[in-house]
Amino acid sequence: MIVLNGQSSDVRPGETVAAVLRRLGLQADARGVAVAVDGEVVPRPAWQTFALAEDARVEVLTAMQGG
Amino acid sequence: MPDPPSAQLAPEGEPRALDRDGLEIAGRRLHSRLLLGTGGFPSLELLAQAIAASASELVTVALRRIDPSARGSLTDLLADAGVQLLPNTAGCHTARDAVRTAQLAREAFATDWVKLEVIGDEDTLLPDAPELLAAAEELVADGFVVLPYTTDDPVLARRLVDIGCAAVMPLGSPIGSGMGIRNPYNISLIREAVDVPVVLDAGIGTASDAALAMELGCDAVMAASAIARAEDPVRMARAMRAAVEAGRLARTAGRIPRRLFATPSTPNEGLADLGPSGPLT
Repeated sequence: MIVLNGQSSDVRPGETVAAVLRRLGLQADARGVAVAVDGEVVPRPAWQTFALAEDARVEVLTAMQGG
Repeated sequence: MPDPPSAQLAPEGEPRALDRDGLEIAGRRLHSRLLLGTGGFPSLELLAQAIAASASELVTVALRRIDPSARGSLTDLLADAGVQLLPNTAGCHTARDAVRTAQLAREAFATDWVKLEVIGDEDTLLPDAPELLAAAEELVADGFVVLPYTTDDPVLARRLVDIGCAAVMPLGSPIGSGMGIRNPYNISLIREAVDVPVVLDAGIGTASDAALAMELGCDAVMAASAIARAEDPVRMARAMRAAVEAGRLARTAGRIPRRLFATPSTPNEGLADLGPSGPLT
């Protein structure tokens, strides 16, 4: 099972990072967004092609107010 | 509270090397010497107004899990404000987490600047010095412009600069405490110890704290909670802007030495002779 931002999800293995972003209502060129899979940064140019493995842990992050 | 030390503690004849217009960090010139933290504002509207009132050009943001239901975009607000983003690594407790967070922030915000925070204690949020040094070293090697949040330790500050940090951000007192600058002497020593900008970070409570930081020789002040959690954040943003400018002017103007006894500001020469002294009749 693929974990998305700490929650179990119905994202299927083989889906791309870009597909996950679409599920979250984000454009493929969303500014202010970063993605990590299994603790490693997925660079923006790889979003369209990076396919998620089973048990992938996906973090989709953006700007929040902070000191 | 005892009198804070002043520029008078600096060696005689010290050049006021930082007496110049604007602040330069890593080759980038900033006209404002006030950095603004975006955390703690009651609303995005107040944040936007406070950014305008502060005239700050460099504002911090954190990186957190996206909330698809969140209203309003901080990214868009800051882009509209025309400010440069300074992503932080708040909440990181290890060098590894801080490095990963900085790398993610670089992806998200297309900036290689980072305010590096590695926290070592939950109650005080004081930095973890060994982890901070390790993270700074790795990020500098990875091409980042690193601005580390550090303790008010001149030796640690120098170590951070030695490994390539673009500025140092010593704390005045713990984050969000509003306790002001607890060790002004150390802040003066840090100013003497390093040749990169010193940005007083954390602990600012009100305008006089910011002015003191500048009078001690800091090149800039970062304020977050002091503005965001004030009763009137926009008014406090204006106050901080004025205080930073006033403190900078006072520092570069060269204050008078402290003396134990009075020095008349009016000359005695030419004093009228009004007859023998004695009681009023």
